[in-house]
Amino acid sequence: MPGRRSLFVLMALAFGFAFLYLPILAMIVYSFNASRLVTVWDSANSPTLAWYAELFHNAPIMESARLSFRIASLNATGAVILGTLAAFALERYRRFRGRALFGLLTTAPMVLPEVITGLSLLLLFVALQDAIPWLGGRGATTITIAHITFSMAYVVVVIQARLATVDRSLEEAAMDLGARPWKVFFVITLPLIMPAIASGWVLAFILSWDDLVITSFVSGPSSTTLPQLVFSKVRLGVSPDINALATILVLIVTVCVVLAGSYMVRLDRRRARDAQAAFDTAS
Amino acid sequence: MNAAADRLARGVRRLGAAGGAGPLGRWFVIALPYLWLAVFFLIPFLIVLKIAFANIQLSMPPVEPVVTWTADHVLQLRLHFSNFAFVFGDELYVAAFLNSLKVAGVSTALALLLGYPMAYGIARAPGAWRNVLFLLVVLPFFTSFLLRVYAWLGLLGRNGPINDLLLALGLIREPLQMLQTDFAVYLGMVYSYLPFMVLPLYSAIEKLDLTLLEAAADLGCRPTKAFFRITLPLTKEGIFAGCLLVFIPAVGEYVIPALLGGPDTLMIGRVVWDEFFGNRDWPVASALAIVLLAILSGFVLLLQRVQAREREA
Repeated sequence: MPGRRSLFVLMALAFGFAFLYLPILAMIVYSFNASRLVTVWDSANSPTLAWYAELFHNAPIMESARLSFRIASLNATGAVILGTLAAFALERYRRFRGRALFGLLTTAPMVLPEVITGLSLLLLFVALQDAIPWLGGRGATTITIAHITFSMAYVVVVIQARLATVDRSLEEAAMDLGARPWKVFFVITLPLIMPAIASGWVLAFILSWDDLVITSFVSGPSSTTLPQLVFSKVRLGVSPDINALATILVLIVTVCVVLAGSYMVRLDRRRARDAQAAFDTAS
Repeated sequence: MNAAADRLARGVRRLGAAGGAGPLGRWFVIALPYLWLAVFFLIPFLIVLKIAFANIQLSMPPVEPVVTWTADHVLQLRLHFSNFAFVFGDELYVAAFLNSLKVAGVSTALALLLGYPMAYGIARAPGAWRNVLFLLVVLPFFTSFLLRVYAWLGLLGRNGPINDLLLALGLIREPLQMLQTDFAVYLGMVYSYLPFMVLPLYSAIEKLDLTLLEAAADLGCRPTKAFFRITLPLTKEGIFAGCLLVFIPAVGEYVIPALLGGPDTLMIGRVVWDEFFGNRDWPVASALAIVLLAILSGFVLLLQRVQAREREA
């Protein structure tokens, strides 16, 4: 009886992972296909790196990739700063005026349809345009502001979860020894939540780098991000250089996630070891 | 009197310190993100609400002002309910809302059917495997959403590998039209949102106390019965959370119906987009957004309650 059930679970796992990964694998394989008809395999001339070469010589794609990278890094930094503050407020200050609304504001951007968030931010920017000229019309600045607003919510979740596990006695000990609150934060708390801050940064970067819908609402004619360019190309049908682009991005993300994962595990292990060593010396 | 005030002040100071910063620091920590969210998240909604009550007009922005000063210095507020009347009176919009709910609901059910056994398998996998499988579920979430939807464009095409395979197996005589159908939209939805379903289910199943199942087995309960009487009820929270995390974004989805759906795949996210960019009818787009928000807010509050309960547990 248990055998049959675990067989069912194994089959579901196999099917589920095949479902998740076969399309990505197909995209990678077809990126080496010489034929312009993406899914017709040209066995005479494949595999080829022609589409990769074409990709790197495609000026608009490279230009928009640079813009997306700039916006994503700026966004991730801003989202991590604001997200850490918000997570700290929610986790450490159990009561303050308007806490319920604050909690709602930090989670809602995560689940709301992007068309609503995008539309509402655009209407705000249009209303602000006359009042605040430094916003300089819509473009990289408005995209970055919009991205910080929605990616911050994800950062809050990651950092709040980590903050909840921080051993408060360490902070209290530092405070008893006379450290000022801000010093306690930078010397004790911040290093302890560093793994969460790092993964929050990566998460915010990727969310911004990927975003199409919100970006399309708040961008201007002079700023086209990579997802916008890809979307306008893909709407006309499959295109082999997009396969090459996808392959490169999948590769980068895989390397980053694996590195970040192992970094976090290592950091945790080292910290546990240090704490153990400290206790050992003390006793 | 003085002593009491002194004690109070000391108490307040200690309270602030317990939080990790002085009163000024505490104010700063709360106010900065609060202000940001108020300006860039709360106020924009109020503007959407305002414009939903405005008239369309040929200008930039293409809306008539709602609040105006008349010549004799009277503040005039003109609210037009016509946009909402228009939205509810037009069969197309009503159909789009109903269809979005249907597509999201069916996709959620399909994702649950596939996601539950997957989450179960991952949670019950031996130690090292568990981390690898978990990472494999998370990984697609980090890879571009747009490109993953795009991947299906190639697979489902008339000359794509799926049609090739079915033809080679002799199951069909001529290529199937799979792109630009509702089938493709369901497929894209389940594919894109499956990780959102698996992650909360995984954490719920992992927390499950296995001795309960052992006790049931010892008392002669059959595994199937034990699953429905013990495992399923105890992972209810995970099921709720997973379903809401898939359903809510799926209702307003734009990219999937735009790329994989046909011209007659009506979904509200797409309709809002087309009203805004195509027809430049900002008031109707805003009214649609408000109605969509009203439909979803109940689900969002439910999700918040489920997640709060999960944190306490």
